[in-house]
Amino acid sequence: MSDVKIKIKDREGIVHIVDAPTDMNMNLMEIVRSYELAPEGTIGICGGMAMCASCQCYVESNHQLPEMSDDEDAMLAEAFHVKDNSRLGCQIHITENLEGLEVALAPES
Amino acid sequence: MIKTDILIIGAGPTGLFAVFEAGLLQLKCHLIDALPQAGGQCSEIYPKKPIYDIPGFPEILAGDLVNNLMEQIKAFQPGFTLGERANTIEKLEDGTFLVTTNKGTRHNAPIVAIAGGLGSFEPRKPLIDRIKDYEDKGVAYFIKDPVVYRNKKVLIAGGGDSALDWSIFLADLASEVTLVHRRNEFRGALDSVEKVQALKNLGKINLITPAEVVGLKGSEKLEAVVISKSGDQDEEIIKEIDDFIPLFGLSPKLGPIGDWGLEIEKNAIKVNTFDYQTNIPGIYAIGDVNTYPGKLKLILCGFHEATLMCQSAYQRIFPDKKYVMKYTTVGGVSGFDGSKKEAPKAVVKAID
Repeated sequence: MSDVKIKIKDREGIVHIVDAPTDMNMNLMEIVRSYELAPEGTIGICGGMAMCASCQCYVESNHQLPEMSDDEDAMLAEAFHVKDNSRLGCQIHITENLEGLEVALAPES
Repeated sequence: MIKTDILIIGAGPTGLFAVFEAGLLQLKCHLIDALPQAGGQCSEIYPKKPIYDIPGFPEILAGDLVNNLMEQIKAFQPGFTLGERANTIEKLEDGTFLVTTNKGTRHNAPIVAIAGGLGSFEPRKPLIDRIKDYEDKGVAYFIKDPVVYRNKKVLIAGGGDSALDWSIFLADLASEVTLVHRRNEFRGALDSVEKVQALKNLGKINLITPAEVVGLKGSEKLEAVVISKSGDQDEEIIKEIDDFIPLFGLSPKLGPIGDWGLEIEKNAIKVNTFDYQTNIPGIYAIGDVNTYPGKLKLILCGFHEATLMCQSAYQRIFPDKKYVMKYTTVGGVSGFDGSKKEAPKAVVKAID
């Protein structure tokens, strides 16, 4: 088993510390859905194609994250509530170097 | 009033395939969809993306899947009410349902099948103070009738295909077209990006980037917008315009269906797994819009649900008829248009 601990603040401001598996080809959006930290139908609407921004989150720790693809960058350029530390959860794959990652879910829009 | 056997709400892959299964049972279908074209998410969000788990198709583009489904159901002559959202449902004295759209189109059927996916696609509205007050008074989130912008000063915001395409289209019609986007880069078909560049060079489109509309002004109606432009020195521009059209894509909302008295759980409609009927007899929910223990939101599951739904619908419409399912290989496919597809007969011939 190779899980990492991730701290996720939901849209109500409640902080959850969850175990995220690194060996299941999962991304952060899917972790949020699997723990039901946001209602179904309000996150991961496009299924993880970086085409809806419903999984936007703010990265609040200094982890080295994968570089943004053009698709993610363009989607964030059209999303709302975007900050400098915004990322799309569906584009962040869970790997061992994400131990201790801290994120907050962006508001629904 | 439009009359049919099964009224399908949602013209995505599940709703389209339901037309085929209903057709095999000689039941006619009509579909309502809020989008202007059939195909649901497959057409609207990811037409150019491949799908790998459609049985029998190792790889198929979502847009091609929709085209194939349209071809498959053509002989069953489905009716379409597109660009309208199903708003209200009413049970009539004869037990049938009356469904009325936001534009007042009325549909009557003994069976309603909700194949609404994640809901109807609504425009995403930017977070600008008092924008609601200006809706239909200079602010519109989609372009219904471009002619109303003739000789007007129009400002479009957004960086995708629709923002680019409408800027190009309106450049010839409006007296002034301004395009505002948060980035210098646009995400659209290369052809559209190049056209906007050419029109900008000709002075027919004002391009303001990277910038954002942050405020609206006007007493009775919209008169000007406040644009925040970033650069070496951020500046605020006040621009007089007649119309502001923010085009930031669409997001699905369950919408009015949520108020139809159906049992809702996790933004989806609860159904039984026997025939995918809801808590209201005669109303079914199939595809991504439904939920039940073990539900998977997959197109292939929607196809299965549509098939069982049609069998149950047939029994409800014709309670006394005896019927057994026929394989298409055996029975062929008889369209309502008089067409007939069937397996070629084997030849019986002696060999000398």
